[in-house]
Amino acid sequence: MLLEISGLTSHYGRIQALKGIDVQVAEGELVALVGANGAGKTTLLRCISGVQPVTGGTIKFAGQDITKMGPEKRVGLGISQSPEGRQVFGPMSVEDNLRLGAYRRHGPDVKADMDRMYEMFPILHKKRELPAGTLSGGQQQMLAIARALMANPRVLLLDEPSMGLAPLLVAEIFRTIQALKDQGTTIFLVEQNAYAALAIADRGYVLETGAVVLTDQGSRLLNDDKVKEAYLGL
Amino acid sequence: MFAAFLQYLFSGLTSGAIYALAGLGFAIIYNASHVINFAQGEFIMIGGMATATMVAAGVPIYLAIPLAMVASMLVGVAMEKFAVEPARNADVVTIIIITIGASIFLRGAAQIIWDKEFHSLPAFSGETPIAVLGATLMPQSLWVFGISAIVIALLWYFFNRTMFGKAMLGTSHNRLAAQLVGVAVKKVLLASFALSALLGAVGGIVVTPITFTNYEAGIMLGLKGFSAAVLGGLGNGTGAIVGGLIVGIAEAMASGYLSSAYKDAIAFIIILFVLFFMPSGLFGKRGTDRV
Repeated sequence: MLLEISGLTSHYGRIQALKGIDVQVAEGELVALVGANGAGKTTLLRCISGVQPVTGGTIKFAGQDITKMGPEKRVGLGISQSPEGRQVFGPMSVEDNLRLGAYRRHGPDVKADMDRMYEMFPILHKKRELPAGTLSGGQQQMLAIARALMANPRVLLLDEPSMGLAPLLVAEIFRTIQALKDQGTTIFLVEQNAYAALAIADRGYVLETGAVVLTDQGSRLLNDDKVKEAYLGL
Repeated sequence: MFAAFLQYLFSGLTSGAIYALAGLGFAIIYNASHVINFAQGEFIMIGGMATATMVAAGVPIYLAIPLAMVASMLVGVAMEKFAVEPARNADVVTIIIITIGASIFLRGAAQIIWDKEFHSLPAFSGETPIAVLGATLMPQSLWVFGISAIVIALLWYFFNRTMFGKAMLGTSHNRLAAQLVGVAVKKVLLASFALSALLGAVGGIVVTPITFTNYEAGIMLGLKGFSAAVLGGLGNGTGAIVGGLIVGIAEAMASGYLSSAYKDAIAFIIILFVLFFMPSGLFGKRGTDRV
């Protein structure tokens, strides 16, 4: 397993947000984590990146225990996140955002990767000198994903990439995620849009109030009656 | 008439350049941590005092200046490590009060290490005034302008052309995102104190031959740097520079045309004016973020 989370708990003050989570992501897999607002999805991703304190359990990455490691070292190991709400560096140029994405890396590969990002998202190339804050929501989402990819991650964490986007853009973002998976990128995708996420995922986890209540192959979860009722509105 | 105006302008630009460096010091720490470091003036004092006493003790000035700059940076780093970082989970207001405490401590320490006397430095290249259109310009003022301009250019290069500078900027814009791309935010905070202390020291050193310095010279210089930063828009580098020059020129004009008794009041009138009528300052953040 590339990413192995066991018994993970986390608290905000006295409120327990995660109640013993077990999640695994294998190399090359696309794993989706779905659940309602406030279920703890973002908290889990923040724990994996090391920006939210863990109160119990362990996170292992490529066999190494990283539970207590600082966030910057995890990026160096290959854990990169496109956070909820995109969080681009608004006043800085699109290109600087991408450069900072490769902050832990050096050498000529960085330039090649940047060209690859511009090829994947031509609109970013067109707007590379503009402040990131002037991009539209969909473009900022592409930038956030591209910035995370610039770290050359072994696992890409995507937090709500479709949030707040128009349906056409949502489809485009999911096509991008599918394309990344086809290129062999390992992806852990957190989504409220359960249908779209499970439809492209190898496996899925359903999170409810801080605990995993269901886990199965993506296609099976799509057809699960409980999932249908609770998350797909069917 | 014009000669007098020019004379006031020179004197305003000279002190304005120092306020600009102090204002930049405020801006850098504010951007890294949202803390207003009220010990910024003490960095200026330490730069001037350390150089002056070393030179008086016979250390050559070209050695005393870098040593004083390093000393000031070490004080900045120590302050971050031992006073600010232990309180990193406290509110910003608490940390601001800690910086006020640190400034009182540094003034006390300066009295003990040095004394309560005024100290000076010889001007870097003589004291022969230069006549410009009827006004006189001290060669040391040219040093102040030149060094300030070089420091500002170096800062610009650091923040716009180096990865660590960009990482510091990125941290100020979005701390979470900076952590997620692998910036060690603690290092950024430490670097911001080191850099601000360095800026303060440079200002303190170049201005000491003109204004002299003593253990409490930092209070006024710090407050004026603060009003420069507020006038320009807290956290904005260009704003701090423009704000510093405006504060410097305004107080020189006021003391020339009104009375020198009003000199120090000007900076505070500017702070009040800005806070009442334009709280985000001249170059304050305009909303470029789209949610």
